[in-house]
Amino acid sequence: MLHTILFLIFAVVCVGGAINLLVQKAPIASALSLILVMSSLALIYLLLGAEFVAVVQVIIYAGAIMVLFVFTIMLLNAGQEERLPNAGKAAMLLGIPGLIIGGAAVYWVVTHSSVGGTRVALGQLYGSAPSLGRLLFREFLLPFEVTSVLILIAIMGAVVLARRGEQ
Amino acid sequence: MIPLSWYLTLSAILFACGVVGFLIKRNIITIFMSIELMLNGVNLSFVAFATYWNALSGHAFVFFVMVVAAAEAAVGLAIIISVFRTRETLNVDRVNLLKL
Repeated sequence: MLHTILFLIFAVVCVGGAINLLVQKAPIASALSLILVMSSLALIYLLLGAEFVAVVQVIIYAGAIMVLFVFTIMLLNAGQEERLPNAGKAAMLLGIPGLIIGGAAVYWVVTHSSVGGTRVALGQLYGSAPSLGRLLFREFLLPFEVTSVLILIAIMGAVVLARRGEQ
Repeated sequence: MIPLSWYLTLSAILFACGVVGFLIKRNIITIFMSIELMLNGVNLSFVAFATYWNALSGHAFVFFVMVVAAAEAAVGLAIIISVFRTRETLNVDRVNLLKL
């Protein structure tokens, strides 16, 4: 029961943040609501018992990536966003039927899903760092090493792209 | 206990919000944030399947998705900075040099 209540709270916060990302005009407000979404997703990962993924979600996503976003927004002085002239009409025409169909689908799934089956009790952690590390360095050793090369290429690409031209 | 489909529904809602943001937003940084939102939705379904099917490799996939997202954010924001330097705008409708 507590599990369900916690899931519902974090899910509502998550969806609210995602919708707030869409309706805000200032990019900095969108970035802050995206941080909210990522933080509540980390808590949902903890509910699922994914210990390592939850911590990495906070450190990498809500920490590193969003700091990069906020830094860029402030560097470029991105103020208010311009809207398309006919955006309101298009949103009414496509959005309302889409919302009705999506809401009906969600209602059907929630009412028709069978209750039961999760193996994780509240507070029981499942994907700990040692077990995930063992998996990464045995079965996924080659992809893991390739990602280090990818990160290196990304760092060099970012430095080359963001520096001022020398002409 | 919570059925798997609830997690998948939340993941689908987040992904749909990301798609809508990608389509309606005009600011290039906000479009980029919508892509991150989509990646987060997919990550949630990976973790949910990993827990319910007792397969830890889902967590490893989430780890790789995060690494790729970090690399993508670094390169993408560098591209945004250099686009802003040359075009003086963040509006994607004004970055139309390749348009017919």
